[in-house]
Amino acid sequence: MIITQKKPIEEVMALVGDAKTVAIVGCNSCATACQTGGEPQIKELAAILEQAGKKVVATTIADYCCMNLGVKAKMKPINAANPDCVICMSCGDGVQCVAKNAPTIPVYPSNNTMYLGEAVKFGVWEESCRFCGDCVLGQTGAVCPITQCAKSLVNGPCGGQKNGKCEVNPENPCAWIKIYERLEATGQLDKLSMRRKDKGYGDFAYPRTISLRGKK
Amino acid sequence: MSLLKEALEAGKFGITAEMAPPKGCDFTEQMEAAELLRGKVHGVNVTDMQSASLKATGLGLCIKLKQAGVEPILQMTGRDRNRMALMGDALSAAAFGIDTMLALTGDHPVVGDCRDSKPVYDLDSVGILQMLTDMEESGRDCGGNPLSGNAYDKETDTVTDKSATPKFYKGASVTPVYEPLFLQINKLRQKVEAGAMYVQTQGIFDLDTYKRFLEAVDKAGIKTHIMAGIIPLKAAGMAKYMNENVPGIDVPQHMIDRLAAAAAEGKEKGVKGLPAKLGIEMAAEMIAEIKAQGLGDGVHIMAIGAEKNVPVILEKAGLSI
Repeated sequence: MIITQKKPIEEVMALVGDAKTVAIVGCNSCATACQTGGEPQIKELAAILEQAGKKVVATTIADYCCMNLGVKAKMKPINAANPDCVICMSCGDGVQCVAKNAPTIPVYPSNNTMYLGEAVKFGVWEESCRFCGDCVLGQTGAVCPITQCAKSLVNGPCGGQKNGKCEVNPENPCAWIKIYERLEATGQLDKLSMRRKDKGYGDFAYPRTISLRGKK
Repeated sequence: MSLLKEALEAGKFGITAEMAPPKGCDFTEQMEAAELLRGKVHGVNVTDMQSASLKATGLGLCIKLKQAGVEPILQMTGRDRNRMALMGDALSAAAFGIDTMLALTGDHPVVGDCRDSKPVYDLDSVGILQMLTDMEESGRDCGGNPLSGNAYDKETDTVTDKSATPKFYKGASVTPVYEPLFLQINKLRQKVEAGAMYVQTQGIFDLDTYKRFLEAVDKAGIKTHIMAGIIPLKAAGMAKYMNENVPGIDVPQHMIDRLAAAAAEGKEKGVKGLPAKLGIEMAAEMIAEIKAQGLGDGVHIMAIGAEKNVPVILEKAGLSI
């Protein structure tokens, strides 16, 4: 899931600026789970805007703000209402998709997009994947060294752990000790001696497009 | 040829010291220390913004040391520079006759004094070593392009003469006080496979721990030259601080007690500097013992700002190059 956090409301209000009419687009997936872009948050933001003298002329919630087709349909009434600006309460991906479907209206984010995370329990999300594009979990006991090691080390630990905790944040366990423990528990310690071939970053220049339809 | 390489490969007891560039552009203090170290050590590690604390770059001090007749060991971390910048520095170093280096992953910027700096870590210690090894073997840069000065046949894409490729005596570090030790040994193996020909350890304060580590390296079949890290203690407080804050450091209580007793004695007699003097004695004793027992292949003395004490320690330990 894409983990988002609300921007400080002052920052959102500064983006809205002099706009008199505003529309709000929420997102029914990740941002709803993160309590940053679901129905309750849309209502809350609408109330704040109204209190500040703005007129909320339309609200909608897309199933996924990151899916163009669904967003296209949801944006028809928003465009028809022709607000001075749109506030999109999704991740950064959703904001861009919404903006593509509102060609003449400024679209502003209400959230900061943080990371790809796992909901470890209600209201708690741990960063779990950094989209490295070259998954190593098969060699590392399904513990991601790219994400869980603050230096993204792929060849084993640095010397910076103290009592099994990371030098960068002593609340975090050393990823490589977790990897070691997991591989030991699954009888796969031999995997630690395998060197990962450095693939470099040449093939990961962004922005990228993955298409199942072959090359455009 | 690298002086350290010459010594270690001839079976001599290797002796290295360590120095940090200043947080500024006046290298006077470092050059004064260099005067004292000249002819006393096989090399001086120049740190690469250790503890992620901003300093003048190591290459600058390495060049100055080289010009002053002291063999520098260029420490390279992957924290601040990507592979291009690292290789570029290696080429510049070679142009000044610097031929000994040591690869480290590098402390993270957030534990340092410029915490907003973006961490790079394009390559870790193993990656840096491998990149240089690949360069030496292929005569090409990190993108696979032939280095200038080498003879290259474009038609067959072959480097026909790679004699213009710089060669480094490459080293790495290792932490003997580590749980589980398997992880350190395993990483050490990777460093050696990637081209590390010598390793310097984190500060050693207990010979039994060091012996166990050497046995583990031996048992793992890893062949490299191991130099014991020696940190001369200055005070009981320093030892306690390092125990609590520096990974891989474990100063035994009896050493801390001796330092505290020296401080008490100094206070009683109104004499300053007794704990530091004792620290020098203890470091010399440790070095002499390591040499006498044939533990590893040398020592690496990290005096942390008190480099002027290194010749004194060596003299007390009865060591010379």
